[in-house]
Amino acid sequence: MWQPRGRELGAIKSALFALCLVPFAHLVWGVAYDALGANPVEAVTHSTGWWTLFLLCATLGVTPLRRATGANWLLKLRRMLGLYAFFYAALHFLTYIWLDQWFDLAAIAADVLKRPYITVGFTAFLLLIPLAATSTDAMQRRLGRSWQRVHRFIYLIAVFGVLHFWWLVKRDVTEPALFALVLAGLLGARLYWLLRRLARVTRAAVATSSG
Amino acid sequence: MPMLIRTTSDVAPSQITPKSVYLRRRAFLERAIAMGLVLPLLPAQALAVGARKLSGRPGPFSASEKQTPYKDVTTYNNFYEFGTGKDEPAIYAPKMKTRPWAVTVDGEVKRGGVFGIEDLLKLAPMQDRVYRHRCVEAWSMVIPWVGYPLAELIKRVEPTGRAKYVAFTTKLDPETMVGTRLPLLDWPYVEGLRLDEAMHPLTLLTFGLYGELLPNQNGAPVRVVVPWKYGFKSAKSIVRVTFTEQQPKTAWNEAAPNEYGFYSNVNPNVDHPRWSQARERRIGEDGFFTPKRKTLMFNGYANQVAELYAGMDLKKFF
Ligand code: HEM
Repeated sequence: MWQPRGRELGAIKSALFALCLVPFAHLVWGVAYDALGANPVEAVTHSTGWWTLFLLCATLGVTPLRRATGANWLLKLRRMLGLYAFFYAALHFLTYIWLDQWFDLAAIAADVLKRPYITVGFTAFLLLIPLAATSTDAMQRRLGRSWQRVHRFIYLIAVFGVLHFWWLVKRDVTEPALFALVLAGLLGARLYWLLRRLARVTRAAVATSSG
Repeated sequence: MPMLIRTTSDVAPSQITPKSVYLRRRAFLERAIAMGLVLPLLPAQALAVGARKLSGRPGPFSASEKQTPYKDVTTYNNFYEFGTGKDEPAIYAPKMKTRPWAVTVDGEVKRGGVFGIEDLLKLAPMQDRVYRHRCVEAWSMVIPWVGYPLAELIKRVEPTGRAKYVAFTTKLDPETMVGTRLPLLDWPYVEGLRLDEAMHPLTLLTFGLYGELLPNQNGAPVRVVVPWKYGFKSAKSIVRVTFTEQQPKTAWNEAAPNEYGFYSNVNPNVDHPRWSQARERRIGEDGFFTPKRKTLMFNGYANQVAELYAGMDLKKFF
């Protein structure tokens, strides 16, 4: 399996960095040139929400892809994808509290408490914060084994993201259903590995006790 | 696009687009080209360029607020028959044929029958009416409609004593209405009003906007406009008007009864279960960095319509 060396990996990372900025650049350009259609705030909310969910799924896709292809270097891109998911989530949240609600704290609180789609979206965003905060090498070293346990919250965050999308559409669930399908595949892969490992452990245990 | 291929002799002076409208379109087209957007929008523009003039005398109840730009009114639409994206109706609706067009009036009426669109256009004098339009999704517009009170039609067909409601059925043509191939709603789209609501002088049988015939995405060739109710109550592209004794089964109410009531009067005090209705964003006016404005009771038409609901619990009959 081909593995990029230092400079090549750097180039790949730079390209991915730029690629992930494209939706943001499009929004900035669209706002500047009034090119986001009749309801720009809605366009920004939808775009940032969509890319958050897309990038969450992309982050979750790294490990299955790595295991399927043996391209271990893909792991080196995972942190960037995850941080970009957080970046778009933060923009999404900012759009909501600022451009949509104008910092009307009472209205925001009412939304978070009363509207299930906001409740799960808000929870997902809160859960993303510690993951972003502990994403550095130093934090990873300091937390050791618990780092992985903390970062497993991404499974829940992605599920909440899909629920949030599903609950907010008026009628047409095609897109949230597609995301649900992709997410089911990504989480299903983990479940499959887990079961296989359990089976192997059990077999090994049986083998030792009978041998 | 048949409307474009027109010999000079077909064009009556009254059909020539006023220069201001033409310039507005040209500015839009130039911007669309600059944005690389012109391809998906071309069908809508092609039709709009061929649109025919329709003007009326100034009518009552007109709002003096700033009108929403033509471009926004005709490219930001909810018309699920043509897809759930708000840009989709402007892309797909131009393929719908609006001539010939007939509207069947039936049910509890003495003089029902089939009305051709040309007859409906001549049934009563056209009026210009500028109405606020409030979508259930918490955005709003101000639109200069052209039409006449629905009551004009109702009086002529003479409802029987049993008629209590009016149902409007939208055309169903899966060939051009790509959205109806999905089970989004129970097609065809049906909306309804209580008879007194339908008879109210604000309720407009509408044929045009901005001084020309309705673009297809806005409900051509004939729709109703009920300005004190959420937009989905104002049925578009109507082919049937049925007078009934029982409350008709209406599309959104059937799809999600706890979210969309039969009445669906604009009411800032009754939230949609999934979002607040207290505020709204005025399209084309409340810019990117403007807070949303407060929504008015009955969309600001309380003086005209509140008495229709005297004694009713509007939280229950939402
Ligand atoms: C990880 C967290 C989140 C994810 C993955 C997410 C994802 C999404 C997605 C996919 C959409 C729909 C985009 C489309 O229609 O194309 C959306 C819309 C929306 N989200 Fe989020 N979101 C998150 C957090 C939040 C938070 C924290 C809030 C506010 C407190 C929020 C408020 C909204 C609103 C108001 C909409 C638009 C609803 C509408 O159109 O009616 N989201 N989000």
